[in-house]
Amino acid sequence: MTSTTRTVAVKLSEVCRFFGDVKAVDHVNLELFDGEFFSLLGPSGSGKTTCLRLIAGFEQPTSGSIQLHGVEVSGVPPYDRDVNTVFQDYALFPHMNVGQNIGYGLMVKNVPKAERETRVQDMLDLVRLPGMANRKPSQLSGGQRQRVALARALINHPRVLLLDEPLGALDLKLRQEMQIELKSIQQRIGITFVFVTHDQEEALTMSDRIAVFNLGKIEQIGTPSEIYERPTTRFVAGFVGTSNILSGKIAEILTGSPGTFAIRPEKIRIVDVGAPLADGMCSAEGKIRDVIYLGMHTRYLVELEGGADLTVVEQNLETSAVNARGSRVKLVWHTSSNRPISAGA
Amino acid sequence: MTSIPAPASRQQPPSTLRRISTFFFKRPNLSLLVMLALPLLWLGVVYIGSLSSLLIQSFFYLDGFSGVVIREFSLTTYQSLFTQANMDIVVRTVVMAAFVTVTCAVLAFPIAYYMARYASYRIKGLLYLAVLLPLWSSYLVRVYTWKIILAQEGIITWFFKLLGLNGLLEGILGLPVIGGSSLSFSLLGMFMVFVYIWLPYMILPINTALERVPKSLIDASSDLGAKPGYTFRKVIFPLAFPGVVAGSIFTFSLTLGDYIIPGVIGNSSFFIGQAVFAQQGTAGNIPLAAAFTVVPIVIMGIYLSIAKRLGAFDAL
Repeated sequence: MTSTTRTVAVKLSEVCRFFGDVKAVDHVNLELFDGEFFSLLGPSGSGKTTCLRLIAGFEQPTSGSIQLHGVEVSGVPPYDRDVNTVFQDYALFPHMNVGQNIGYGLMVKNVPKAERETRVQDMLDLVRLPGMANRKPSQLSGGQRQRVALARALINHPRVLLLDEPLGALDLKLRQEMQIELKSIQQRIGITFVFVTHDQEEALTMSDRIAVFNLGKIEQIGTPSEIYERPTTRFVAGFVGTSNILSGKIAEILTGSPGTFAIRPEKIRIVDVGAPLADGMCSAEGKIRDVIYLGMHTRYLVELEGGADLTVVEQNLETSAVNARGSRVKLVWHTSSNRPISAGA
Repeated sequence: MTSIPAPASRQQPPSTLRRISTFFFKRPNLSLLVMLALPLLWLGVVYIGSLSSLLIQSFFYLDGFSGVVIREFSLTTYQSLFTQANMDIVVRTVVMAAFVTVTCAVLAFPIAYYMARYASYRIKGLLYLAVLLPLWSSYLVRVYTWKIILAQEGIITWFFKLLGLNGLLEGILGLPVIGGSSLSFSLLGMFMVFVYIWLPYMILPINTALERVPKSLIDASSDLGAKPGYTFRKVIFPLAFPGVVAGSIFTFSLTLGDYIIPGVIGNSSFFIGQAVFAQQGTAGNIPLAAAFTVVPIVIMGIYLSIAKRLGAFDAL
């Protein structure tokens, strides 16, 4: 994917949004392309939702510029922007039925009733809720409300769809179903999805690219595998999946070079103490302090002789014997698994 | 591991209070009965009982010669209710109540809207205080104060004179029906006092209804292309409408039944409340007083069924 040749759908340049002393969004730069599934990932209070609300127009930036398809939209109210939103609480109008909810955007635009009804039917088919037009939102399940909210946002054919933690209220099974469905709808209609989530697994599953937010700033932007395999900051290494962070003297001893490194627990293997070491591998010896059985995996906490602890995850294959607590082991991993990260907090 | 001594309460026999709690915990229906017995008794016997006694009395009638209430079922009293003079009273009261209700709603909505949507925490508190403060002082005192404000020598007349607009005031007072010798002796003045007295009962329910409209619904409407006016008409107002109806039930029924304000402010024309007061007092015609009381009940019944048909309770 070469980004230079693609149309920019959303562009944020040096965007800030301050609420008093709180820097909710702090000098954010983003470029989202047409047809991209882009996730804003971060813990609560990291500025990802404010960022989405800035794109929707519910918030105005304190400073900086926001462009939608090359047009500056700072100061433009939400009703004049070619984007639509799926809200976290769905925000379905309780006094209207499903059909009226979905057709609301068309009613606003004075689309004739007959056309409105056809398009509402099409949308109900798209989100797989045929025949539900006359139900009230209160009669629907969480997953169904979610679909209605999606249909309502898509009926205006926006060029960018904003989704604010839309799956947060659903149970795990339904969430996984909706993840697949959202992704397939996005691929079918081919518009840009901007997806806010705090769930790193969800972001990795669905996104073409991810921006990881922390304290109002973007820590890293990249594809899911870039974010996971090559985190550039300590925060990303710890927030997306888990990492062993090595720094200082022990880092230099183990990796052979100074700096701060992140090592994914599943990249480390446990071998017998006497096992020979292949080329390009790092190793360390230690004692297993804790064994946590997780079904598919087992997680070991290994206390190294140098003073650091390393977490190791091993898949429970039928051949692998579970190592006992207190046994001495040797840990080996490939030098390429040592990911240098910025030393910051 | 050292053993932790068990808490003292587990070793001693349970206290009486704890035994009572356990007794009720095991019998949830009995607890419910104990909790509701007194209010049910009040609601069932005192409240509904007196209301039905009132309804029954309206079917008795007063013997014109002896002045004795005849305790037999008859429609005589209702016949005398539907005389021209009494119907004038009913129509006058209903029209007044309708005007008061509409005016209260028009005045209350922006205040309630400001309180719910824009006011800061502090301002909101002050506004609640301002709305509720009049209710802390005596209703009678406030009505008499208004009589002084509206009087010929009162501050309103003075103010109009100060602006050189006394001609305008006299012109308004010269109008038929609503006019009079001064504001305190006119239906217009009575209307103003009614609006003042009942306004809080309109502001509070509308405010409550507006507070319950999630901000995200307004965002959603705007997001789907609706300008603020459209959002107000299609989303905010329909969702706040139950609050308007709740408020109007207060202002409408309170105006229908009030007998103090028409006695203190206005001209000699009678209102339902005064008619009830006069019939049960000096005239000794309890059946007719009861029949007069049935009128607001019936009107409110009709009013609520219209409100229901308008979809006032759909959003509840």
